[in-house]
Amino acid sequence: MPGSEKLRERRPSSSKGNRLTQFFSSSPKSADNTQQALFAMQQHHLQQQHSSAPTSGISSSTVSLPTISLSTAIAENNTIDLPATKTLFEPKTAEEAERQKRADAQFGPLNHPSHLWTSKSHGRPLAAPVEDDPPQSALYTTYISYLILILIGHIRDFFGKRFGDKKRYNSLKAQNGYAPLNDDFDNFYTRRLKVRLNDCFARVATGVPGRYITLLDRESDDFNHSYRYTGTTTETLNMSSYNYLGFAQSEGPCADAVEECVRRYGITTCSPRGDAGTTDLALEVEREVANFVGKPSAMIFSMGYVTNASSFPALVSKGCLIISDELNHASIRVGARMSGAMIRSFAHNDVRSLEKVLREAISQGQPRTHRPWKKILVVVEGLYSMEGTMCDLPGVLALKRKYKFALFVDEAHSIGALGPRGRGVCDYFGVDPAEVDILMGTLTKSFGANGGYIAADKHIVDKLRATNSATQLGETPSPCVLMQILASLKMITGELCPGQGEERLQRIAFNSRYLRLGLKRLGYIVYGHDDSPIIPVMLYHPAKIPAFSHHMLNRQISVVVVGYPATPLITSRARFCVSSAHNKEDLDRLLRACDEVADEMNIKYSSGIAGGLDDLDPKYDCPIEDELAFRRSKKLIYPPRWSVEDVIERGARDAKLPLR
Amino acid sequence: MDAEKLQAQFHRTLSVASAAFQKVPGSSVLTRYIQSSYQNDPVRSAIELILVLFFVRYLLSPSYSTDKQNYVKLTEDEIDELVDDWVPEPLVAEQTALEALENERIPVIVGPTGPKSKLSNGRTVTNLASYNFYNFNANEQIKEKAVQILRTYGVGPCGPPQFYGTQDVHVKAEADIAAYLGTERCIVYAQAFSTISSVIPSFCKRGDIIVADRAVNFSIRKGLEASRSVVKWFDHGDMDNLDAIMSSVAKEQAKAKRLTRRFIVTEGLFETVGDASDLPKLIELKEKHKFRLILDETWSFGVLGRTGRGLTEAQNVDPQQVDMIIGSLAGPLCAGGGFCAGAKDVVEHQRITSTAYTYSAALPAMLAVTASETVNLLQSNPEILNQCRENIKAMRAQLDPRSDWVICTSVPENPVMLLVLKPEVVQARKLGVEDQERILMDCVEEALANGVLITRLKTRPFAYAMKSPGSSSSAQPALKVCITTALSKKDIEKAGTTIRHAITKVMTRKTTSKSA
Repeated sequence: MPGSEKLRERRPSSSKGNRLTQFFSSSPKSADNTQQALFAMQQHHLQQQHSSAPTSGISSSTVSLPTISLSTAIAENNTIDLPATKTLFEPKTAEEAERQKRADAQFGPLNHPSHLWTSKSHGRPLAAPVEDDPPQSALYTTYISYLILILIGHIRDFFGKRFGDKKRYNSLKAQNGYAPLNDDFDNFYTRRLKVRLNDCFARVATGVPGRYITLLDRESDDFNHSYRYTGTTTETLNMSSYNYLGFAQSEGPCADAVEECVRRYGITTCSPRGDAGTTDLALEVEREVANFVGKPSAMIFSMGYVTNASSFPALVSKGCLIISDELNHASIRVGARMSGAMIRSFAHNDVRSLEKVLREAISQGQPRTHRPWKKILVVVEGLYSMEGTMCDLPGVLALKRKYKFALFVDEAHSIGALGPRGRGVCDYFGVDPAEVDILMGTLTKSFGANGGYIAADKHIVDKLRATNSATQLGETPSPCVLMQILASLKMITGELCPGQGEERLQRIAFNSRYLRLGLKRLGYIVYGHDDSPIIPVMLYHPAKIPAFSHHMLNRQISVVVVGYPATPLITSRARFCVSSAHNKEDLDRLLRACDEVADEMNIKYSSGIAGGLDDLDPKYDCPIEDELAFRRSKKLIYPPRWSVEDVIERGARDAKLPLR
Repeated sequence: MDAEKLQAQFHRTLSVASAAFQKVPGSSVLTRYIQSSYQNDPVRSAIELILVLFFVRYLLSPSYSTDKQNYVKLTEDEIDELVDDWVPEPLVAEQTALEALENERIPVIVGPTGPKSKLSNGRTVTNLASYNFYNFNANEQIKEKAVQILRTYGVGPCGPPQFYGTQDVHVKAEADIAAYLGTERCIVYAQAFSTISSVIPSFCKRGDIIVADRAVNFSIRKGLEASRSVVKWFDHGDMDNLDAIMSSVAKEQAKAKRLTRRFIVTEGLFETVGDASDLPKLIELKEKHKFRLILDETWSFGVLGRTGRGLTEAQNVDPQQVDMIIGSLAGPLCAGGGFCAGAKDVVEHQRITSTAYTYSAALPAMLAVTASETVNLLQSNPEILNQCRENIKAMRAQLDPRSDWVICTSVPENPVMLLVLKPEVVQARKLGVEDQERILMDCVEEALANGVLITRLKTRPFAYAMKSPGSSSSAQPALKVCITTALSKKDIEKAGTTIRHAITKVMTRKTTSKSA
């Protein structure tokens, strides 16, 4: 019975097409009507399916949940529905079980309803996260490791160029009158250091990068210069993709909407926005994005990188100053450089450093001429992808009121991933988005689509439309991508499948805190703020970069490892990206693996000052918020080295307390 | 009392320090040396000490000047005052009237892009504004394949290529394009527009020399700017001028005994003019003067040649002789993204150093597969290109010799027909760039009113970037008519007549209004 019901539910994706195309062929009058209608139709249709389902006698409002069961397994987590299905229906058929398994591989079922949390500022000013330092010995050995690597690299280069394989060194030497294609010095790092860890990068995947990601197995016979694909695949736990809200799915309401869209719109619009690439769908997405982030107007781009790279030249020019966080993303740096404005930077996330730079810039004016700056644009990111830190938005806004600069917030990672309603850092801190001049973000990460957006006041967006090169000359996002954005946005806001979006938001918030606390208790040095879904753990030694990645892969977990130049030389790290698609079981599996690997590799470095400590003795009467300061004053800090079973047992409860 | 204590402590530390110093191997030699040299010549010791101190300071100081020139020391109050006084300009300037008009007039298409598109005002018009030359967008087979991919891969790859964003479909698309073009390797970017802007700076560094055509498009110019190389310009399509510049560069470098990387950057079909490069001549010159050739085939890939391989196929040049071929998958191929094809070293180098590739999410799987599919379609079905050329001929017959006002600057195989006002018309009426823009805008509007959607070359907003030193004007404003095979010859002719009439109407109206 459930099998047949599920099958019937799957059918709408094809039958809906006819209805919709019929609907559209009757000459729609305005663009927004069509799009709203599209969704109204969809929802209506889904509900119809259910009220006509003979097996369930429940009201249509409650049955709106089971529609999504085959894709996201929410129905399964729903504690009310679960027993009902088990007692009333026969066991699943093989086909059904197979489909459920596939859906679960993309989006894990929630293990327990308590594994939810709301991502929200706790009201206190955001303190910089405590950065733990490793023992001195680790630092020295790291430097020595690099020294050895560099020495050996140069020795090999010296002899290689003279006696080595010609083919490999050709691009480094001048030949037949051509200068070498690559500078010897410029790509020394790539040839001599990165090639040793190439195996950890660009692993080829297949299928949906959801809760699990399937990797093609490969081997190298020549030290990572080329790979041989063995033809087999490995399904690994995906701690690497930016799939914050778990919208990387090949089934479910989003995918259904996209399929419908492909059949109707085709693959592309073949034209830039300025020519004939503006579709009703694009306008609808822009309206929805603007509503979502809380700005009057928005524009979308087909690539996140270009959103930044092309927007700065349209905003600032010569005579303007860009003040940028020192750890801002490369796309910001490229865009800023192309704009022709002066660029200064301030210490990462340090409001005092920003104020110092501001005071100097405003009082000194432009270099040499001392003319006042035309505009000052401060650029920060909402969530930093390598550090896991959030920007101190309230602090920056306080400065903004005093110093009158324009503020650009890049929400590439924070949109969807932070805030009680998933609307980014403004939402997290409860700040009115109107206070930020320009909100930029990507649609690649939380929405499972591709591209980027800029949201601002209407006159700013209108001007940008006319002056932004990527809009006038670059390609429009493909309709299928637009539909994915629209569908996932509506799910987050609850317009589509009410309740699901909220659950996704709460799951990622819980998962982030749970995993972070767990890793700290195990003894890892973890960077970043507590609510951030990006969790970097420090490895330090260059040799540990590939080792960690391999150890994890052997345990069928895929992780991202990063070293110089993406990070400072010394702080090589592994980065976990938490998703709503993970459940506690997955994170426990990761914690167990991390525990084993850390013991093997000796990377439990933490001293305890950054948290993960055992409970405070009850004899000290101290509120939990002030505990860290109290412990510091009483010297009650010692390295946390919990056993993994304790971590798992206590984690779910303690993750909801203020972390320590 | 305290002083005594302090002194005692000082002596103690001193003795401990000296004991420690004596333990250091070689310390006695040093002491002896200093003692003897002091006895002989205390001045010398003093100078040596100063030298040592200076050396230490020099080692520790940064290699660039840190004292801020022109720095005015201000008190905190003064700074506060200045802060209060400072009034920044608004973040963006007001929209100009032309921009506002343009924004207003942007056509909004409801539903799919095709030969006949429905606009938001309810009208269905003939669409000659999209690069949908072969109407692959309506191909059911491709749609079916895309849906299949959607059901196995989802939409976005959720990560940059280096971090698990590369999927087997990307690898296949890269292999397919490389095989189609006949190059060793290929790398697929997530957006065509930013591909060349990122490829150029990943190879050309400060001090390198680039010789570029004066008519190259905006993306290339951004790439040139980002590269910080020395850029020299040659007159559009003028191979003698190019030869002269290249030989002067080669001579200069030979004289200075300095060899830097040297590049020629040009386009296959020029975006702003519509004509083609002379590739055999370029290859000859490049071999002669030892330059590398970066060829932007964004507008010629999928268009020129028997099977659409681009300029190399059309002019019978081995693609391996071109160092980098950049193309678009978002135009006639109806997929998305761009690519750079070349030798293994060239391609692999970009995977780490090309910013648009490294720092951006990978192309959605559906689009990568569509690219593979359309490349196959072009290969197996080259008649479609002939059909397109027939249509271009039909359209051209209606416009170029027959219109009194415009000429077509595109080559006969180019489905993007650029129509510029005849030089004599421009001269007779003394039309500036802005006037031409307005006239062409009216032409577009008039054609649309008669049911044909065409567009214009959009370079005016970027005129600041399109100028090259030594040439007075940027690209001439042009109408852009994009041909598609999805329309019959008759339809094309009809549309051509409509466009011609629209232009005539606008031009004659202008005259009357002027004379009136």
